[in-house]
Amino acid sequence: MTDRPHPQNAEALLPQPRTGWLLRLAPSLGGPFREANWGDRALHILTLGFALSSFALTALIALALYRNSILSIEKFGLRFLWGTTWDPVFEQFGALPFLFGTLVSSGIALLIAFPLGLGVAIFLSELAPRWLSDPIAFLIELLAAVPSVVYGLIGIFVLVPWVRDDLTPVLKKTLGFLPIFSGPSYGVGMLTAGILLAVMVVPFITSLSREVLMAVPASQREAALALGATRWETTRMAVVPYARSGVMGSMFLALARALGETMAVTMVIGNRPEIAASLFAPGYSMAAVIANEFTEATYDLYLHALVEIGLVLFAVTIVVNALARLLILAVARKSAEVQV
Amino acid sequence: MVRKRILSQAVLRMLFFVLAAASMLLPQAAPAQTLVNGAGATFPYPIYSKWFDEYYKLHPNAQINYQSIGSGGGIRQISELTVDFGATDAPMTDEQLSKAKTAIFHLPTVLGGVVPIYNIPGLSAELKFTAKALSGIFMGTIRKWNDPEIAGVNPGIALPGNDIVVVHRSDGSGTTYCWTDYLSKVSPAWRAQVGRSTSVNWPVGLGAKGNEGVSGLVKQTPNAIGYVELIYATSINIPYGTVQNSSGNFVKASLESVTAAAAGAAKNMPPDFRVSITNSPGKNAYPISTFTWLLVPQQFTDATKGKILVDFLKWMLGEGQRYAAGLGYAPLPPEVIEMEKQTIARIRY
Repeated sequence: MTDRPHPQNAEALLPQPRTGWLLRLAPSLGGPFREANWGDRALHILTLGFALSSFALTALIALALYRNSILSIEKFGLRFLWGTTWDPVFEQFGALPFLFGTLVSSGIALLIAFPLGLGVAIFLSELAPRWLSDPIAFLIELLAAVPSVVYGLIGIFVLVPWVRDDLTPVLKKTLGFLPIFSGPSYGVGMLTAGILLAVMVVPFITSLSREVLMAVPASQREAALALGATRWETTRMAVVPYARSGVMGSMFLALARALGETMAVTMVIGNRPEIAASLFAPGYSMAAVIANEFTEATYDLYLHALVEIGLVLFAVTIVVNALARLLILAVARKSAEVQV
Repeated sequence: MVRKRILSQAVLRMLFFVLAAASMLLPQAAPAQTLVNGAGATFPYPIYSKWFDEYYKLHPNAQINYQSIGSGGGIRQISELTVDFGATDAPMTDEQLSKAKTAIFHLPTVLGGVVPIYNIPGLSAELKFTAKALSGIFMGTIRKWNDPEIAGVNPGIALPGNDIVVVHRSDGSGTTYCWTDYLSKVSPAWRAQVGRSTSVNWPVGLGAKGNEGVSGLVKQTPNAIGYVELIYATSINIPYGTVQNSSGNFVKASLESVTAAAAGAAKNMPPDFRVSITNSPGKNAYPISTFTWLLVPQQFTDATKGKILVDFLKWMLGEGQRYAAGLGYAPLPPEVIEMEKQTIARIRY
């Protein structure tokens, strides 16, 4: 092995005699240094360091959150997760109403935004002529750049009165027998927050889905059309399933964005730590309570309880992302089988 | 003659420009500058920044820097001595004082009031509120606008039978502290179940962020009631109700009635100034009023900073008070100023 080729090729060609975990991770560390390609080695080690720093960062965030919420963790233990009282005066803290608010408002958002965003993406990639599709795609991507406080203001001045005066009566008349559409509507509340979040995440779903749909090879469409499929059948059976994992990815990116959204949500959700069956009722989200109460949290336990909310939100985000990965993997395997 | 005057004016103007340009170009021969850092309450931020600015103009060697990070942050930072002074809208508790790294004086600077605002469609009259009505509405025991507790003191006003929508602050704030402090004093039920704090577990209502959020939501929602700072209500010109004080008079919040509340409380002022002036005695006292405090260490480790701050405090109690009314804050009554001067004399550096 006097003339060692590119380390990665070498690894592929020859089974390495020493396969310690460090060497497997960073093969450029092993081998004779005198003949190494220094540029390759440096690049490998440098980029490996960057990649590992993401692990370190995640671990440090978790550690920092844990250490700054230790008082609350010790006092409430797991009770914190299902406690429903949030009372800074009597020092009782429970995260459930906030957890509920975050998950429900994000769920509503996704329920509305996913069909809408995917529909727009299908229209743009499959049906619209180029002169129409490009400006629309540009406008939708522009929506993603609007600051969330602007969405919040639009929410307060446009969406809140509309939900209270126009949407609520219609929903009550048609679906009022459902408990989720009962009770008085103040305009602000869980439903309004969900709708506003939906508007905010549609651009993410649309622009990502459009990219993956456009990346579907033309041969897929041609094959389906050649078999006599209509346009709708082609889209449904040949194009969307092919791009399924990318479309799912866009959905989970949108969900992650909805879970963490703070400013716009707090402006329209009603900020009431309560678990109500009705979607008209006000709620509260985890990010919103931290933003609202952090500056004036006057004693240590209070501050630690707020940081623990942050820890819970961090955990929820990780769990959701892990689930998303698994789902995408499963879907990708399934569609691979279909294609074989 | 006229021409001569024009000419001399032109010369003067030119001279001014030359001097201005020179002062920009030449390095300033200023004495060494000392930077004093403070942090805390947001409510008095406009008057504090005005004061520090005016004081800087008088004393170019002393720059006082203030960050409005909230009362909680102000208390934490001065307790840890990461700033030179703090500021708060709610006095520190005994526990907080004992935990602080240094002994701390509370020094009242100005006063503020909190007022009830409401939106009843088709009604423009100024409503009167008793203490029982306000505590009942915010407890959720008074649910309708035509409840006898409200209608009884507002004869001749046609109140609707609609449900009241309560709006409160969602962010922690000194305004909420003052409001809940008042409700705790006038209602035993409130004191036992809710209590006073910068954020509380509200029995009813919707939360909105900031004074602008509360007033926005009240304006948007028919039959809503909320509370905002007096300064904010006057600056956006929103009507607000009068509140019955402990003498039984219905008083409209104003700079005078808020200062009257402080004067009413001055007789029983504790030497450390940690006093609540809600529901204070006095015929014309507005009952939902509060001091806002600077938190100053009793012993400065840095003599220069201590000297600057003591000098500033003396100026603030004298000339500085004149700026208060212009910005909508009620100035301190003379009795309190006299007491404070004695406390300031005890600061060591």
